[in-house]
Amino acid sequence: MSFATINDDILRTLRPPGRVYYAGLALALAALSIGVLAFLYQARTGMGVAGYEHPVLWAVYITNFVFWVGIAHSGTLISAILFLFRAKWRTAVARAAEAMTVFAVVTAALFPIIHLGRPWFFYWLIPYPNARELWVNFRSPLIWDVFAITTYLTVSVMFLYLGLMPDLAAARDRITDWRRQVYRVLSLGWLGTNRQWRHYMALYGFFAALATPLVVSVHSVVSWDFAVSILPGWHSTIFAPYFVAGAIFSGLAMVITLLVPLRRMLRLESYIRVHHFENLAKLMLMTSLIVSYAYMVEFFIAWYSGSPFEQGTFYDRMFGQYWAYSWMMFTCNVCVPLLLFSKTVRTNLRSLFVISILVNIGMWLERYVIIVSSLSHDFDPANWSGVYEPTWVEAAITVGAFGLFLTLFLLFVKNFPAVSITEMKETMERPAEGDPASAWPEPV
Amino acid sequence: MAEGVEILGIYDRATTAAVGVRAVLEEGLGEVITYSPVPDRALDQALHVTLSPVRLFVLIGGLLGCATGFIFPIYTVLDWPLITGGKPLISIPPFVVIAFELTILFASLGGMAGFLLLSRLPRVTGRPPDARFTDNMTGISVTCAPEQAAAVRACLARTGASEIRE
Repeated sequence: MSFATINDDILRTLRPPGRVYYAGLALALAALSIGVLAFLYQARTGMGVAGYEHPVLWAVYITNFVFWVGIAHSGTLISAILFLFRAKWRTAVARAAEAMTVFAVVTAALFPIIHLGRPWFFYWLIPYPNARELWVNFRSPLIWDVFAITTYLTVSVMFLYLGLMPDLAAARDRITDWRRQVYRVLSLGWLGTNRQWRHYMALYGFFAALATPLVVSVHSVVSWDFAVSILPGWHSTIFAPYFVAGAIFSGLAMVITLLVPLRRMLRLESYIRVHHFENLAKLMLMTSLIVSYAYMVEFFIAWYSGSPFEQGTFYDRMFGQYWAYSWMMFTCNVCVPLLLFSKTVRTNLRSLFVISILVNIGMWLERYVIIVSSLSHDFDPANWSGVYEPTWVEAAITVGAFGLFLTLFLLFVKNFPAVSITEMKETMERPAEGDPASAWPEPV
Repeated sequence: MAEGVEILGIYDRATTAAVGVRAVLEEGLGEVITYSPVPDRALDQALHVTLSPVRLFVLIGGLLGCATGFIFPIYTVLDWPLITGGKPLISIPPFVVIAFELTILFASLGGMAGFLLLSRLPRVTGRPPDARFTDNMTGISVTCAPEQAAAVRACLARTGASEIRE
């Protein structure tokens, strides 16, 4: 494989797509349309159509919010944390994961707005001197969310864009149709001079170093939406690391779910190889074990606390109205990933694809169980008998979120290089011989 | 060097181009700009690349962000004192979250601004002198006095340039 082959192979993915791609895009757009229509109906009719009933006033929308923020996390893990660890295998999957991060954050950011009774006033969350000279409450975790998510989205977009810049220049210099002008503008006139590479590499390293603590902070902040309350099932000090591990776990599952069909659709089998999937599976297994441990600790602390409310909530979680969700969650997140201890399973893309989908389902259910089962079993026994059930509007908006995410992702992979051309060349140029860092340019 | 000539040497490999850069600089033939599809350590060493000042932009951005993250919430709670949850007006622990996020945000924005400024981007009309420099070839552009042009050409040819042009 040479530099020229890498250019040819990866830029070939930008050619006009086939029927499979259009079918996927049509499906994603249909799902998105369903979600948009359901949201318009909800905005016009009111939140009553969402099935909220006291005390369950956070439910599917907040579940979706936490789920999509979680999905975003593996992109940063792969692009930033593995970069800092000089894990070269990340190169093949980093671009797709980074793009996934951006689109997952965009999808997640919509849910607090969808969750509002009057979504058109969402900007009240932004601290600005309003007509009554009131400021937002900076002590509220919801405002922390605004800062965390905005920062995460901004930094993820910049990180993705920086990595894309040399590749866009390569596309500009190769592609001959009308898109050339688009790549010309988007590449910002990148020349690849020694001066530009010097600053590029410095900034790339800084972005990786800044994104690493950021990714940990974002899901910690999301977990504090729950943990700083006094509700049994939420009020826990382990929530931040528990949520971060869960986020990376679910994100890795989503990367596998997307990459298995993507590599086939774009014919990138020689770039995104089985050992890349195996490494992703190993990471998924490790994070699954952390999440399993967190589940055990939650139950242990509930018992050890001696608080009847805490114990009641966790007993109810396993044997109450929501037992089916909880057991499905355990099966998908604790038991199924144990199959990944087998190399045969890890290296079989079909089994990996199925496991990754089950993990996605399990992690969505985890958020649902944490949010709904805790709220429905609060301090007032009079509330315990009711069962919250999502309505068709909530289901449709959830489907719409998947539609939005997939639409954005599909549009991205056909218009931008889905594998980093520059980084593939870098890893190819100097295979590691003795020095594991030798395949990487000197940080400057 | 306003009336200088620009000679472009095109190399198959960055390591060979680095030899060319070193030779041009050692012989004092002119100013060198390299074009390459990937960052290259050999070229950096030949050009005696120093630490990028992008770090200063990141540092200043981070410090500004951290200061803003504390000063802004403190200003707002003092501007309209409103006790919520029985907490002190200036509650440092929750403000640390804001300060942390703004440190990262401003540091990243500062770094990006620094990168664009120092790399002289955006320059939308910019194109490398040869389209292959974003593909598989490495280029050395030497700006020299007209009387040095022959020496530069000889130097580039001697060090393995596969193509030389003005």
